[in-house]
Amino acid sequence: MSDLWRLTAHEAHEGLRTRQFSAVELTQSTLDRIDAVEGAVHAFITPTPELARQQAEEADRRFASGTATPLTGIPVGVKDLIVTGGVQTTAGSRILEGFNPPFDSHVYEQIRRAGAVMVGKTNLDEFAMGSSTEHSAYGPTHNPWNLELVPGGSSGGSAAAVAAGECIISLGSDTGGSIRQPAALCGVVGFDPTYGRVSRYGIVAFGSSLDQVGPIGRDVRDAATMLDAIGGHDPRDSTSNPEPMPDLRQYLGQDIRGLRVGVPREYFGYGIEDGVRASVEKAIATLESLGCTVDRELSLPSTEHALAVYYLIAPSEASANLARYDGVRYGFSDRDASTMWENIEHTRGSGFGAEVKRRIMLGTYALSAGYYDAYYKKAQQVRTVIHREFEEAFKRYDVIVTPTSPTVAFPIGAKTDDPYAMYLNDIFTLPSAVTGLPAISLPCGLSDNLPVGVQVIGNFFDEGSVLRVAHALETAIGFANRLPEIAPGTP
Amino acid sequence: MTATATRYETIIGLEVHVQLLTNSKMFCSCAADYSGAEPNTHVCPVCLGAPGVLPVINERAIELISLTGLALHCSIAPFSKFDRKNYPYPDLPKGYQISQYDLPICAGGYLDVVTADGPRRVGITRIHMEEDTGRLLHRVDPVTGEGYSLIDLNRAGAPLMEIVSEPDIRTPAEAREYLVRLRQILRYIGVSTANMEDGQMRCDANISLRPVGQAEFGAKVEVKNMNSFRAVHDALVFEELRQAEALDRGERIPQETRGWVDDRAVTVSQRTKEEASDYRYFPEPDLPPLRFNEAYLESLRASLPELPEAKRNRFLALGLSDHEAETLVETRDRAEFFEALKARIGGDEQRATKLAANWVLGEVGRWANETGQNLADLPATPEKLAKLIQMAEEGAITAAAAKEVFSAVAESGEDPATVVEKRGLATISGDDELTAVVRDAIAGNAQAVADYHAGKESAIKFLVGQVMRATRGRADPQKATDLLAAELDSK
Ligand SMILES: [Zn+2]
Repeated sequence: MSDLWRLTAHEAHEGLRTRQFSAVELTQSTLDRIDAVEGAVHAFITPTPELARQQAEEADRRFASGTATPLTGIPVGVKDLIVTGGVQTTAGSRILEGFNPPFDSHVYEQIRRAGAVMVGKTNLDEFAMGSSTEHSAYGPTHNPWNLELVPGGSSGGSAAAVAAGECIISLGSDTGGSIRQPAALCGVVGFDPTYGRVSRYGIVAFGSSLDQVGPIGRDVRDAATMLDAIGGHDPRDSTSNPEPMPDLRQYLGQDIRGLRVGVPREYFGYGIEDGVRASVEKAIATLESLGCTVDRELSLPSTEHALAVYYLIAPSEASANLARYDGVRYGFSDRDASTMWENIEHTRGSGFGAEVKRRIMLGTYALSAGYYDAYYKKAQQVRTVIHREFEEAFKRYDVIVTPTSPTVAFPIGAKTDDPYAMYLNDIFTLPSAVTGLPAISLPCGLSDNLPVGVQVIGNFFDEGSVLRVAHALETAIGFANRLPEIAPGTP
Repeated sequence: MTATATRYETIIGLEVHVQLLTNSKMFCSCAADYSGAEPNTHVCPVCLGAPGVLPVINERAIELISLTGLALHCSIAPFSKFDRKNYPYPDLPKGYQISQYDLPICAGGYLDVVTADGPRRVGITRIHMEEDTGRLLHRVDPVTGEGYSLIDLNRAGAPLMEIVSEPDIRTPAEAREYLVRLRQILRYIGVSTANMEDGQMRCDANISLRPVGQAEFGAKVEVKNMNSFRAVHDALVFEELRQAEALDRGERIPQETRGWVDDRAVTVSQRTKEEASDYRYFPEPDLPPLRFNEAYLESLRASLPELPEAKRNRFLALGLSDHEAETLVETRDRAEFFEALKARIGGDEQRATKLAANWVLGEVGRWANETGQNLADLPATPEKLAKLIQMAEEGAITAAAAKEVFSAVAESGEDPATVVEKRGLATISGDDELTAVVRDAIAGNAQAVADYHAGKESAIKFLVGQVMRATRGRADPQKATDLLAAELDSK
């Protein structure tokens, strides 16, 4: 029973259900895998092996008592932006070091209720601000496909952990592409649901009108299983959609003949790599061969403005969201100075990293008297234009298919000195993010031995069509649950 | 007419913060009534501003604000939203306050006040919702002598509304009158206890002077820290004089914020316009906008009680004097007691009105003043009091006895007839019994009898007093007078 960690969640569930192995064994296999590769990958900020063993025992009792769910006993990684009661939650920031929350986020409550086993809190760019997980106060995560490369971000730890076998599914969060881009760069499936589908209660806020939690898994079915567990209405989040969520697994394995697929022209520019283009073109051709009507004439002309919109709205919201970190009530606190205000300044000065400070300043500037109309307000207006373009498009198409990222994984350190180049890596995930549409990234091939992701964007709250297309495509491509061999030793 | 009024016109506008009478705080389920509680015991992750928490609107608070708007003749916006007001302060846990910037719930109302120069209509610019802050407690270390501050967050997140008046007020006395009327209405509709001393109602004043005849306003000075109606009045009197003297000297009044120092009876400069904060308001992404439909507003309108002004007019029409009507409507429970009593007395309306008013403004009012209790808790209910009044009117008890019966009923809640019987307070009806007392009085007061026969008419009054004393007020004074005269004259 070695290599249990290689299983997908649905395979593992079958094994647990038929008593081929126990949740404790499955968890131990995963913990052993963490021991073996975590030194090289560094996917976690806080591993929680003790908690995992306890939860695994509990999971075995649920199988015995017949109350197991598809997530029961499945080793899960949780992005450290997600509040977990009693388990340190840092958001990747020094400023929250040692913060042990006295409450649970909605999603953590949900996965515990489902019987999942949390093996650790995964690494991220500080406060989810980044596309490479290099902006973590706890050191970068390495891409399991090539340890010299970034895993993408900000949910880089969650994507890398799934790809490295350090957990079977993970939770990430997506503000501008933070689930999909790392999923693409790590060769796994990442699903950013419709804004409002999953409660944000207990998600350390970055861009409140954009943040959304979603699953990262080894295949589309696992992603659907996790979303099934965490989605649905939560009265503690006023932006949470009041409609009940349909059972998403019903969309898997369905025929996709006759579905209308739009492929927007604008998504093949912006320095897209040839290898990425080739893989995505192949995926589009596959969709055609599966009977979809593919329209290459779709144009979404405001696409290019999504980056500017995003980098005004998200930092503006962040500038307010991060104002609470003053070292007075929780987390890191510098109290060496003689006055309260100095202490707060020093706490924030050394508690926040450079990228976070950059975005706080961007956002503060965009909201300032005299600049508000030109920046924040204008950005919201353009956001509405992008929204309308998608609305129009979804009158004609069931889904929109694009590359997830213009590039495959890039070397650690390659873009840290050029924020704009780093921002451009999210150019294909930003438009749907600022609109709040559901979008999945799934692997569609390799370029230079590195995974390429294809993105399927759906209409509002139509996660069903996204999963339907993604699952059919995944089946045809045959990439699911392909895990890289990790070179022994640390980089 | 104030001292400066011949040269300058005073322009005053008031901003009144009112704490709403809800069970829970504005955005969380903590109890809103924290009075007397240990510091930081009415708190939860939401009002502590923990990472990842989200606000949920207290619908009752919105209802109370809308009710206030209706009572102040405002229009209720069909569409309203919340905004973040950003400023760092240790009593503000999130680093921003959820408030309303450009789309308040209520706008464009008025409040009629009665001034020395007759009635005046003061415009209400807007009423909006905001959350309260915590409180800083400043301490000095007894050993080191160093100052430090403690934070109590029990008040943080308590629901407030801010009622902003137009600059329609012309004198400090009018400002006080406006506050008195406003408080009366707030208490009538039950939205707040509106006690300034407890901070349930807080008032900031904007005051400027302009030369008589000049159209444009002078520089506005905002005065804060006034904890009573008297303080508001005195601070405005001080400011009026200070500004007038400065203008007389040819000085320019700087736009600034000044604080009222109660024990020194002066205002002192706190902040000039140059130091004014930029609050960087932007729409609160965590809360969806509010939409009010006509049915909701109609149900609110229906739940609005009769307001003091309408009551006063109705009472005047019943033939009561200005003073009587004004005093009766001062509090809602007094007005309602009066109306209930009047209804119980029944019969001729003018007579019932007069009787009820006399009692409510007399004995009943005295009871309320002495006990400090609400009239709703008076054991002498309108029903019992009406019986008592009936007995007095029929001559079954005298006016003096009626007061004694009231005291007893107010104490015990017994039936007035029982009290009369138990205490033997029924008016002496038999002439024989009274004649005996009269004869005793004549026999025992030779000097008065002699005075009477010497033509001193007033001597009979003394004798009547003796009869009343001997009967413990149970004699009909007129009858006693007649009998005395008959007895004396027959000698
Ligand atoms: Zn609370």
